[in-house]
Amino acid sequence: MNKTFIIIKREYLSRVKRRSFIISTFLFPIFIILFIVGSVLIAVKSRELIKIAVPNDSFLKASLKSDSSSVLFVFDPSADQTNFDEKGYTAYLKPNRDSASSKKYTIISRKQIGLESMEDIRRQLNKAYEDKLLLQRNIDKKTLDSISAASDNAIKVNNTTVDKTGKEREANAGLAYGIGFGSGLLIYITMFIFGAMVMRGVMEEKMNRIAEVIVSSVKPFQLMMGKIVGIAAVGLTQFLMWIILIIILTSALQLFISPDTMHHIQDVQHNPAVGQNATIATNLMDAKAKIVGGAQWEIIIPCFFFYFLGGYLFYAALFASVGSVVNEDPQEAQSLMLPITMPIIFSFLILSTSISHPNSPLAFWGSLIPFSSPIVMMGRLAYGVPEGVPWWQLFLSMALLVAGFIFTTWFAGKIYRTGILLYGKRVTWKEMMKWLRRSS
Amino acid sequence: MPIVELHNLKKYFATQKAVDDISFSIEKGSIFGLLGPNGAGKTTLIRMITGIFFPDEGQIVFDGKKFDPTNDIINIGYMPEERGLYKKMKIGEQALYLAQLKGLSRNSAMEKIKEWFVRLEMQSWWNKKVEDLSKGMSQKLQFVTTVLHEPKLIILDEPFSGLDPLNTNVIKDEIYKLSKKGATIIFSTHRMEQVEEICNHIVLINKGKKILDGSVKQVKQDFKENLFSIGFEQMPSLNGTPVFDLIATKNDSYVVKIKEGNKPNDVLKYFLQQNASINSFQELLPSLNDIFIKLVEGTSVTRQFLREETLQK
Repeated sequence: MNKTFIIIKREYLSRVKRRSFIISTFLFPIFIILFIVGSVLIAVKSRELIKIAVPNDSFLKASLKSDSSSVLFVFDPSADQTNFDEKGYTAYLKPNRDSASSKKYTIISRKQIGLESMEDIRRQLNKAYEDKLLLQRNIDKKTLDSISAASDNAIKVNNTTVDKTGKEREANAGLAYGIGFGSGLLIYITMFIFGAMVMRGVMEEKMNRIAEVIVSSVKPFQLMMGKIVGIAAVGLTQFLMWIILIIILTSALQLFISPDTMHHIQDVQHNPAVGQNATIATNLMDAKAKIVGGAQWEIIIPCFFFYFLGGYLFYAALFASVGSVVNEDPQEAQSLMLPITMPIIFSFLILSTSISHPNSPLAFWGSLIPFSSPIVMMGRLAYGVPEGVPWWQLFLSMALLVAGFIFTTWFAGKIYRTGILLYGKRVTWKEMMKWLRRSS
Repeated sequence: MPIVELHNLKKYFATQKAVDDISFSIEKGSIFGLLGPNGAGKTTLIRMITGIFFPDEGQIVFDGKKFDPTNDIINIGYMPEERGLYKKMKIGEQALYLAQLKGLSRNSAMEKIKEWFVRLEMQSWWNKKVEDLSKGMSQKLQFVTTVLHEPKLIILDEPFSGLDPLNTNVIKDEIYKLSKKGATIIFSTHRMEQVEEICNHIVLINKGKKILDGSVKQVKQDFKENLFSIGFEQMPSLNGTPVFDLIATKNDSYVVKIKEGNKPNDVLKYFLQQNASINSFQELLPSLNDIFIKLVEGTSVTRQFLREETLQK
C-alpha cells in the first residue's frame, strides 16, 4: 500500500474518531439555528416602546397619529417637561417657540432615545406636517387617507438581468448577498479551523519527537501531504455531514408542516387576529421557494467545494511550514503565523465590500489572486454566472488557484523538510527563504 | 564484506561544517560504535546513512550498491536519540502504523508485533495509550518498532538512556541476538563503558571529522602508555632506576611507566633483584573513556588556546 495513503488514513481516522469531531459535527448546525433564532428574538425584544407626551397646543394636533407600534404620541395638556415621567411617559415633545413659524422640536427624555426610534419620530412628525400642508391645500381628509392607503407599497421593483443572447434571469440582490456572504464566511472560518489543525498536527509531531522516526521511513513531503490531505478529508466529511443533517432537519420540518397544517395556515390567514403569524409562515415558504429557485445552485455548490479545497490547500501547506519551524514556544507560532493570517483576514474585508459591488475592480482582482480568490469569488458567484462573474474570469481564477496551491505546497515542502528536524533554534522568515534555495 | 561504505562524505550547514570529509566502512554482522561528543556531527552522519539528509558531497554504498533511500529504507531500522510516539494513539495501532510505513503488509506486521510483544512481555499493553506508559516502557516499544521489519542495518542512537538496569539487559540481549542472526548494528552513544562491552569496532568523530577508527582492542593497544601495575606482599622501597618511572603508589602496589627501550621483563628483573615478593603484574590499558576524553579534550583545548592567542595579537 502506498505510504502516503497510510498516513492519510491515520490522520483521517484519528481525527474523525475523536469525540470533539463528533460533537462539533452535530452541534454546529444546531448552534447556527440557535444563533439565528436568538438574534431574531433579541431584535424583537429589544424594540423599545416609546410613549411621547405632546402638548395640546401643538399645531400638529390635527394630523399627528401614531402609525408605528414602537412610538406612541399622546395628547396630554397636563404633561410638561418636569412631570412627564411621573405620568408614565418616556419623553415630552417640546416645541421651540422662539418664533411663530419655528418648526423646531426637542424631545425631552430621561434616557437617551435610540437612533432608530429618533428616525421614527422624525419621520412621523414630517409625515404629519406633510398631511397638514395637503389639508391646507383643500384636499379633504378622506381623499388623503385613501390615497395613502392605496399608495402604500403599491409599486414593486425587481431587477432582471439580460445577457447578450437575450436570456433573462430575475436578479435577487438580497439573496445573492446572503449566499455570497454566507459561503465566503464559511470558507473563511474553515480555512482558519483546518489550517490551524494542520499546524497543530505538525507541531505535535515535532514536539513529540516522532517526526524523525517517521521521516526515516517516508519522505518529509509525504508526511506533510498525508497530513494535509487527511485533514482535508476530515473537512469534507464534516461538510457532508452538515448537508445531510440539514436535509434531514428540513424534511423533518416538512413532515411536521403537513398539508393539514398548510390548510390551517390558509384558514387563519382570513382571521386578522392571528393572521400575522400565518403570513410569516407563508412568507417563509415563499422565501424557501425563492432561495431554492433563485440561485444557480448547480454552479454555486460545486464551486464552493472547489474553492474550499483550493483555498485550504493553498494555505494548509503554509500553515504546515509554520508548524514545522516552531519550537516549544506557542508565542513563536503566533508571530510566524501573522504573514499567513493577514491575507486571509484581508480577503474577508475585500469580500464584504465587493459583495455589494460584484463588478468593481477590487472584486475583480480579489477574485483572481489566489491569496483571496477562495473567499472573494464566492461573493461574486452568488450573483450568478455570467452576470456576477464572466466565465473566463471564473476559469482563470480556478486555474490561478490550482497553480497557487502547487506553488505554496512546493514552497512549504522545502521549509518543512528542514524545519521539522531542527530543534532549539528560533527561525525567522529570512532564514526560511534561504532554505528554499537549498537543493535536495 | 562491508554493509555500509562512506566515501568522503560532506554536509555543510550555513553556520558549521557538520560532517567534513568522513570515510569509513562497517562490516556486515558487526556491532559498530559511532562515538563523539555532543555536536560532533553524529546525528547528521546518521541522517545521511538513513536517507533523511542527502550529502553535499561524497558517496554512500549500501550492501554493495549505491545507496538508494527509497528502496533501501526497508533494510534500515533507525531509533533516533530524539524519539517519540503519538501520545493519544494506542500502542498496538502505533506499532502497526510504523511497521506499515516501513513497507510491511498489515498481516505480516501484525504477526511480528504479536511475536515481539510476547517476547518482551508487552501483550497487555496493546490497548493502552502512549501517554499512560512510563519512559522505559515507551522506549521498549520504540525498540520493537525499530527492529520489527528485520532490517539488515539497525541504527540505535543512545538506546539505553532512561532505561533501568533490568530493561537495559533485556534490550542488550536482544541486540546480541539480532547481531547473531546477521544484522549489523550501529550504536551511537557517549557512554563509553557500554561501547567497550558491546562493540567490536569504533569510529570517533569530533567537530565533523573522523579522529579515530579501529577495533576496540586495537585502539586500546594504540593508546597504551606502557603502564603496569605491580602488586607486592610487602612493599619494597624504591631507589632510582633507569628502567621505569613511578606514576602512583597504592596500598599494596605500584603503578609504573616503563621507559622507552625497556621491556616488562626489565621491571620484573629489577624487583626480583631486590628480593621483593611479587604477587601480581598486569598491563594497564587505557579505557575508551580515557581515550575519548584525551582526544576530544585535546582538540578543544588547542582550539581554545589558538583562539586566545589570536585575540592577544
